[in-house]
Amino acid sequence: MSLSPADLPNSYIGRSVPRPHLARLTQGRGLYVSDLSLPRMVHVAFVRSPYAHAEITRIDAQAARAMPGVVRIVTGEELAAFCTPWVGVLAHLKGLKSAPQHPMAIGRVRWQGEPVIAVLAASRAQAEDAAERIEIDFSELPPVVDVMAALDPARPVIHAELGDNLAFERRLEAGEVDAAFARSDAIVEKTFTFARHTGVTLEARSIVADWNAGEQRLTVHLGSQAPHMMQNIIALHLGLAEPQVRILCQDVGGSFGIKVHVYADDMAVAALARMLARPVKYVGDRLESFVADIHARDHVVHAKIGVSNDGVIQAFEIDDLTGIGPYSVYPRTSAVEANQVVNLVGGPYACPNYRARTRVVFQNKAVMSQYRGVGHPIATSVTEGLVDLAARRIGMDPVQIRRRNLVADNAYPCASASGLKFEALSHHASLDKLLAMMDYPALRAEQAALRARGIHRGIGFASFIEITNPGPAFYGVGGARISAQDGAAVRLDSTGAVICQTSITEQGQGSGAIIAQVVATAMGVAIENVRVILGDTDNTPYGGGTWASRGAGIGGEAAWQAGRALRDNVLKLAGTILQAVPETLDIVAGAVVDADGGTERMRLSELARIAYFRPDTLPPDFQSELMATRHYVPRQYPFAFTNGIQASYLEVDTDTGFVRLLRHWVVEDCGTIINPQLVDEQIRGGVVQGLGAALFEHCQYDDQGQMINANMADYLVPMAGEMPDIDVAHVVSPTLESALGAKGAGEAGTAGAAACVSNAVNDALAPFGVEITEIPLVPELILRALGRA
Amino acid sequence: MPAWLDGAACLPTSDGNEKGERRVKAAAFDYVRASSVADAWALLARHGAGAKLLAGGQSLLPALNLRLSAPDILIDISRIEALRGVTVSPHSVRIGALTRHADLLASPEIAAHAPLLCRAVAEVAHPAIRSRGTIGGSLANADPAAELPACTLALDARLHVEGPGGARVIASRDFFTGLFETALHPNEILVAIEIDRQPASVCGFAELARRSGDYAIVGLAAHGAIAAGVWTELRLGYFSVGTRATLATHAAGVLTGGGTLLEAAAALEHDLQPHDDLQASSATRQHLARVLLRRVVAEMESAA
Ligand SMILES: Cc1cc2nc3c(=O)[nH]c(=O)nc-3n(C[C@H](O)[C@H](O)[C@H](O)COP(=O)(O)OP(=O)(O)OC[C@H]3O[C@@H](n4cnc5c(N)ncnc54)[C@H](O)[C@@H]3O)c2cc1C
Repeated sequence: MSLSPADLPNSYIGRSVPRPHLARLTQGRGLYVSDLSLPRMVHVAFVRSPYAHAEITRIDAQAARAMPGVVRIVTGEELAAFCTPWVGVLAHLKGLKSAPQHPMAIGRVRWQGEPVIAVLAASRAQAEDAAERIEIDFSELPPVVDVMAALDPARPVIHAELGDNLAFERRLEAGEVDAAFARSDAIVEKTFTFARHTGVTLEARSIVADWNAGEQRLTVHLGSQAPHMMQNIIALHLGLAEPQVRILCQDVGGSFGIKVHVYADDMAVAALARMLARPVKYVGDRLESFVADIHARDHVVHAKIGVSNDGVIQAFEIDDLTGIGPYSVYPRTSAVEANQVVNLVGGPYACPNYRARTRVVFQNKAVMSQYRGVGHPIATSVTEGLVDLAARRIGMDPVQIRRRNLVADNAYPCASASGLKFEALSHHASLDKLLAMMDYPALRAEQAALRARGIHRGIGFASFIEITNPGPAFYGVGGARISAQDGAAVRLDSTGAVICQTSITEQGQGSGAIIAQVVATAMGVAIENVRVILGDTDNTPYGGGTWASRGAGIGGEAAWQAGRALRDNVLKLAGTILQAVPETLDIVAGAVVDADGGTERMRLSELARIAYFRPDTLPPDFQSELMATRHYVPRQYPFAFTNGIQASYLEVDTDTGFVRLLRHWVVEDCGTIINPQLVDEQIRGGVVQGLGAALFEHCQYDDQGQMINANMADYLVPMAGEMPDIDVAHVVSPTLESALGAKGAGEAGTAGAAACVSNAVNDALAPFGVEITEIPLVPELILRALGRA
Repeated sequence: MPAWLDGAACLPTSDGNEKGERRVKAAAFDYVRASSVADAWALLARHGAGAKLLAGGQSLLPALNLRLSAPDILIDISRIEALRGVTVSPHSVRIGALTRHADLLASPEIAAHAPLLCRAVAEVAHPAIRSRGTIGGSLANADPAAELPACTLALDARLHVEGPGGARVIASRDFFTGLFETALHPNEILVAIEIDRQPASVCGFAELARRSGDYAIVGLAAHGAIAAGVWTELRLGYFSVGTRATLATHAAGVLTGGGTLLEAAAALEHDLQPHDDLQASSATRQHLARVLLRRVVAEMESAA
């Protein structure tokens, strides 16, 4: 491999430098939206629909208006004059349909939790007291709850104008599927069920919107991942020009994809600020977050694999059904997860025969959309579950069947059966590394010895591929104004310090640290001298933000290019001052040095002093340019695929159905690793969220569409006490598209964690002939499978 | 699952005007601090039914925030020092009602004379909650999923209560009368828990909780004595099976009568009426109760 420009002697690339914001945050000096208080600010509490499906027949806010502190009570009809409705469709998801959605319900409610009335008061507590006094009469309608029922012509149609409850359908056929199944020695057919769950962020969604009538400008402080997208959308639906809207996303307490969507209540707050011409604040509370934030997953996948006795996988076939609530979420839609499932099943394997169908249906539950890993956990669980069961049918070890079928490490570039293009993956190298880490033979021996004593342990694997660094193929081609490119502006100030404005954002994952490392390395300065500015549409270049594992790979590359451009400008100036050829100079540790030998020639502070205060000493035709801006978007590949493999070791208590996680291993390949600690913690955090899906998390609904565990006591998030040690290692295949070579690492952990836990549980229960293809793997499910409940 | 949150998502609010309306801010209430037990009675008498005692607040305050309860005034008894602490006398151990979970966990007297409480309280919630929550609050709250009520049953504890009408002692088996209901009269305060010292006894404890610190799906606190390999005394206090902490007298009777573990497990069906909830069906709970019986009794037998 040739040396990339990132391999500089004074490089921060590949080093676990501490995050620059850490001290501020740990000292309690973070500034989250919930900390903000503006003069004349009012607080909003929403009255949300208690029913999944109903007509609103009467609203009486008389008593509420008289409550202390109440400023205004606003209905959906009244707010409609200030905000136009939106429709969550994209042109490239052909046939996807949805209905216009308003910030607050008008006439009819379609999910429990839909905002109906906004109560604005001097404090949140007063707003809540008044909200309790509002009387709304609802006339209940039969709800569509179950995904299966949604397509039943006897069930109600949620949006009459759409004709039916089918939002989207996609079919795919590759190779010769029927012939491949016909020649298979064993065929496994199973239904995989994935519960609905949500992403629980430490900080709930929050927004302060402030309409300044004098400036005719709306400033919105928002816990969001994509400020420019929100600027465009708020302007569009409030009837403003884009420059009239400023979005600030400063400290954000976690996102996981939850905070990249347009929410009805956020739009309502922006419109209310305009309506009242004063700042309006809304901070979601824990209970309403469960029914107001997006949910994810909720798939039922009927799936089939054919394999020959020599272990060669002949074909995959899936039929996926997923429920998305009553609206496709704006602007990224609610069809992307299903689309990804179709794209990704079978992805790690060299099997050309693949048939798939997915159907996306409306139902009267909370809206569903993209959350960490989008579609990957489903596709990986289905694929890896099938592969393990196929191996079991033909009596082959799960490692052996993977070795036989994973795409060879020297086969790249190549494409999957579904047409995904792979630049360079490392499935076999990853598998080898994983087996060595976990000492597979020793684990199998231990498993056998314990099994003889009635202790049931299981080992499960999950190979996966992961979409990162998406280009415009994701949203832009579908007509959404969601930027696929990112920008960075790097400048040298008059003391030699470096400031970088970047369009990517930070929600706790360390994007700011990554940018600082990249810029410091590109420039040749100490990282302490780099300050990163992000999350402000007034003060950063235009760009997509942080989502879909793109921050480092796209935003990082823009920062790299901008840093290198500024370095060139600095060396040109240094050459002029020093009367040297710029190419013979370099910047090391904040000083211009001779490239050959490293003798210091001048400090950057001195160079900046001359540029800013004594330009009279420079040649008359020389203009120094100490700020450089670059933008980047990948062009050769629509996505930079990463890959990896995970393994789980666990114990099933067959008397109680409890699963104890003993150990978890991950080997993944995200290309160049900029900050090993941040990458490893991204992987671990992602694994934990995957383990949550595997064992705990579930938005449970009754048959009336009421979420019945919408609180932190009954909705179980994974907690430290139940988590195993998670060992992480890497194989490094940089993308050659960019100078940095970085791909994304934010979602790989989530992609495979649940899959290998399911496989490990089935491995543990193999002596009982039990095969479970449903998550979460709660005790009762396992006991039922064992015939003990 | 904590019963105070059971179905909170779809419960009506305190004034019931809106199905499904849920909040996380308490309705306005008044607050007063009692300086002594007598002061607390006086305050209770003055404010009547709208008043509630506040001890550690770890059950009461969440209920207020969810507006499942909306008292007019809280009478804070948590600073009444006389109600806090463990005293050992020749025949018994007395635990003040305001003794915190964390105090129990750290107390050498409890470790020596009522080790069952140590084991149980280690499973109660998390350190932050244990450093405020009190034994009196837990017993007065009578959550069927709580550990400590079942322990008092297993230990055959006596609960000392005082009210304007005087003091009385209630046997633990008479104290828990229903879902969040006790034999306490409205103006009475639980002041102490008294447990006989039983030097030749063994205890056993196990619970099945999804996550460390969660309320259990099923739990068992047991206490008894074995002489020459025979159970001479055994009390099995189950929690999270039905509306209140329950003594499994039939199952215990089988074992003290010389029956087998299998027979005792079968007898549980006469002792328990487990409920259905999001975590487990009644039948699953019955099954898990049997599993715990086998495990806990086997553990006690091997320890004896
Ligand atoms: C997240 C969380 C997890 C928890 N997990 C568990 C668990 O796993 N197991 C468990 O057992 N508990 C659990 N708890 C509850 C905890 O143990 C409480 O501390 C306990 O139930 C109540 O004690 P308290 O002192 O906090 O009482 P408070 O909340 O102050 O009062 C509870 C009730 O008892 C009444 N009361 C209090 N003291 C007296 C008295 N001396 N005389 C008469 N009435 C009185 C009050 O008026 C009130 O009605 C949990 C709590 C939380 C918040």
